[in-house]
Amino acid sequence: MPHIHPETELHNPQSTKPPLDPHLKALENEAIHIFREVAAEFERPVMLYSIGKDSSVLLHLARKAFYPGRVPFPLLHVDTGWKFREMIAFRDEMVEKYDLDLVAHTNPRGAAENVTPFSHGSALYTDIMKTEALRQALDAGQYDAAFGGARRDEEASRAKERIYSFRTPDHRWDPRNQRPELWNVYNGMIRKGESVRAFPLSNWTEVDIWRYIQAEEIPIVPLYFAKKRPIVERDGMMILAEDPRLELLPGEAKREEVIRFRTLGCFPLTGAIRSNATTLDDIISELETATVSERQGRAIDRDQAGSMEKKKREGYF
Amino acid sequence: MTAPALANAALDETAVALPSQEPARVARDSRPLRLITCGSVDDGKSTLIGRLLWDTKAVKEDQAASLQRDSKGKQNDLGLPDFALLLDGLQAEREQGITIDVAYRYFSTDKRSFIVADTPGHEQYTRNMATGASTADLAVLLVDARVGLLEQTRRHATIATLMGIKQFVLAVNKIDLTDYDRSRFEQISHEFKELALSLGVRQVTAIPVSALKGENVVYDGRASMPWYEGPTLIEVLELATTRSAQTVGFRLPVQRVSRPGESFRGYQGTVAGGSVKPGDSVVILPSGMVANVTKIVTFDLVRNAAVAGDAITLVLDRQVDVSRGDMIAAIDSQPMTGLAFDAQLVALQAEGIQPGKRYWLKSGSRRQRVQVQPISQLDLKSGKWNHADELPMNAIGKVHLAFDEQAIFDAYEQNRTTGAFILIDPDTNNTVAGGMITAKRAAIGGIHTEDSRVILSLPADLADQLMATEIFANRREDAEVRRVTAAKAIEIVDAIDE
Ligand SMILES: Nc1nc2c(ncn2[C@@H]2O[C@H](COP(=O)(O)OP(=O)(O)OP(=O)(O)O)[C@@H](O)[C@H]2O)c(=O)[nH]1
Ligand SMILES: [Mg+2]
Repeated sequence: MPHIHPETELHNPQSTKPPLDPHLKALENEAIHIFREVAAEFERPVMLYSIGKDSSVLLHLARKAFYPGRVPFPLLHVDTGWKFREMIAFRDEMVEKYDLDLVAHTNPRGAAENVTPFSHGSALYTDIMKTEALRQALDAGQYDAAFGGARRDEEASRAKERIYSFRTPDHRWDPRNQRPELWNVYNGMIRKGESVRAFPLSNWTEVDIWRYIQAEEIPIVPLYFAKKRPIVERDGMMILAEDPRLELLPGEAKREEVIRFRTLGCFPLTGAIRSNATTLDDIISELETATVSERQGRAIDRDQAGSMEKKKREGYF
Repeated sequence: MTAPALANAALDETAVALPSQEPARVARDSRPLRLITCGSVDDGKSTLIGRLLWDTKAVKEDQAASLQRDSKGKQNDLGLPDFALLLDGLQAEREQGITIDVAYRYFSTDKRSFIVADTPGHEQYTRNMATGASTADLAVLLVDARVGLLEQTRRHATIATLMGIKQFVLAVNKIDLTDYDRSRFEQISHEFKELALSLGVRQVTAIPVSALKGENVVYDGRASMPWYEGPTLIEVLELATTRSAQTVGFRLPVQRVSRPGESFRGYQGTVAGGSVKPGDSVVILPSGMVANVTKIVTFDLVRNAAVAGDAITLVLDRQVDVSRGDMIAAIDSQPMTGLAFDAQLVALQAEGIQPGKRYWLKSGSRRQRVQVQPISQLDLKSGKWNHADELPMNAIGKVHLAFDEQAIFDAYEQNRTTGAFILIDPDTNNTVAGGMITAKRAAIGGIHTEDSRVILSLPADLADQLMATEIFANRREDAEVRRVTAAKAIEIVDAIDE
């Protein structure tokens, strides 16, 4: 049955954007509903901001949800110290442009014990610089709710997670005992010290994210677009070779390739893909014919079977 | 894509210039269809969805490689991968070979997109099945062709119906293990249609399926089942309808009040029914104050109306006291307000529902104290409602709700948002029940005070049609039904007149 588009939207004269299609509109409405519900029910919410495409969408939705007011909670960036340079520049630009409160936290053990992805291996490094750092930052801020940009289509254990995901005082997730979550009636009742992770993008797919970025003209880090960049090949991944801390191993050589990134994290652990996609149109059509999933380029997901669930149980996002 | 556009030579150039503007693969001119798989343990729900994802090419190469790897040692006789592993993503699920919690997955065909919730069959995890059912438009109910309908099949069919699902697909699965036995398929379909009728469900499509081999899922199974001429599962899903827009008046449960400065005061929430436009008169409940809508504010659009589902900010023409949990509603079509309501619910936790205990009830953005009095419990075998003082875990029951402060509801049948609620145990903070409002009660005494009754004598086919309606199904326990011969009916009615 063809959908009858309700004649409810008049164009804002300043905007050149056509109205969203019903599919994206439904996803947007759901996300805004979740943002408002959490902001109203919790005392100290915070939004995890990882600077990637999902975070960009999340931020955009937060601004929409509370318009004409300001975003009523801070953004938290867990900075491992190994993010792409362009990510940090982009983050600071957004904070300035949209008048946001940013809390950036780096685990002091990183500097004290010299924890790097090279010296400690990706699993231990992630435990310390991401999971442990996140717990430190959440405890320090005494946040009782934290928004995250995770999507259920990313990974099999994420597909099981609730929109309000309950965490014990030590931030653990118990996947065997999740609260029932019926309709869009969310149970936000917790005791002191406990918290909830809230996922407004739960029902979005990767294609939805890109189509929404395009429709809403949302700014994203330029690393998502193809360009000639210096790389080095390691463990079957193409790693960006622009940071002086990346030491070449015997037999490795820097070269230039036209590449882009499908996800962004810590540069030594994030593989680039060969691509000529320089526009959003290109990215979307590339995605619709892609034969591999987006997490394929991530070293941390490949360490062991069920590794995401394990990390999540320990407090990872 | 529409064919006429392609025939139009003038449009050809545009079509070439914008190659990827309109990806042909995915239609997005409507909301995605939300569906669940349900049924008893091991009937093949996860395998079916895995197969559906596989055959619609939603499984990427790296995921397929992990599936092949994980299937090692668990290979079935046919040498096919264990498709259920695409869904059963938790360690405990993989170890035990069962589903524990709902998995949500997304896929699409060139006709539409789908959100599917794969729910667990195990009785212990009924709460997770209810979680999936609450938002679904359609249920795929699986039955093992060798086993037939079980109590758990009935439980899931009943919960799905209570939660407002009106479209069912009966997948008679593992048909390959019965040698594609047609009479077995027909017998089970018949049995289920009887059950469906008693639940008030009219839309049932029965399909013989082998989830494992992919027969009648996306590809037809004609080679092994030449006797089956009906649609495949995917064909039924492509034609199913999404939950229709709710017809009752305008409803806006207020989530928060936005006061960025002295000059602006807006009420934020998601429209839960009807529509609204500037100039409309509205009432604020429970206070009963009246105001007019001046503006509908959203981030980037000047709106002249908003409809059910829209997340908006509403501005009113006068200073009224509105806070979170209040409802702004159409003045000429208001929801019910009161201190006592009738409801049906599903008990979701081990403690069950205790009589007289005070729970938190949350509906929309409103949370308040409630006392719950169980009245009856559904006996799944007989379909009868038996008297009950408390409801154990997984029970489906009828209850009376008593509030300290005014509550605001529509009947669930009329509005799936303002008629739904959850109960939260104040001792554990856990969600212990999902409920659906059926009616408002007078504060004292029941609603059926005058004890008058009507005896109808009808032709059997007409009676069946009437009993298949929702109105009837919801009050089934209030009715006495006897099947008799026409002669006997005349005799009885005559006896009354005498
Ligand atoms: N031969 C045959 N086996 C099947 C078919 N469908 C499922 N199976 C097998 O039945 C077993 C149970 O399948 P699952 O998909 O895990 O069942 P389920 O309904 O999801 O189980 P729960 O979620 O735990 O309730 C597996 O070993 C499947 O391979 C089928 O059509 N034919
Ligand atoms: Mg299963």
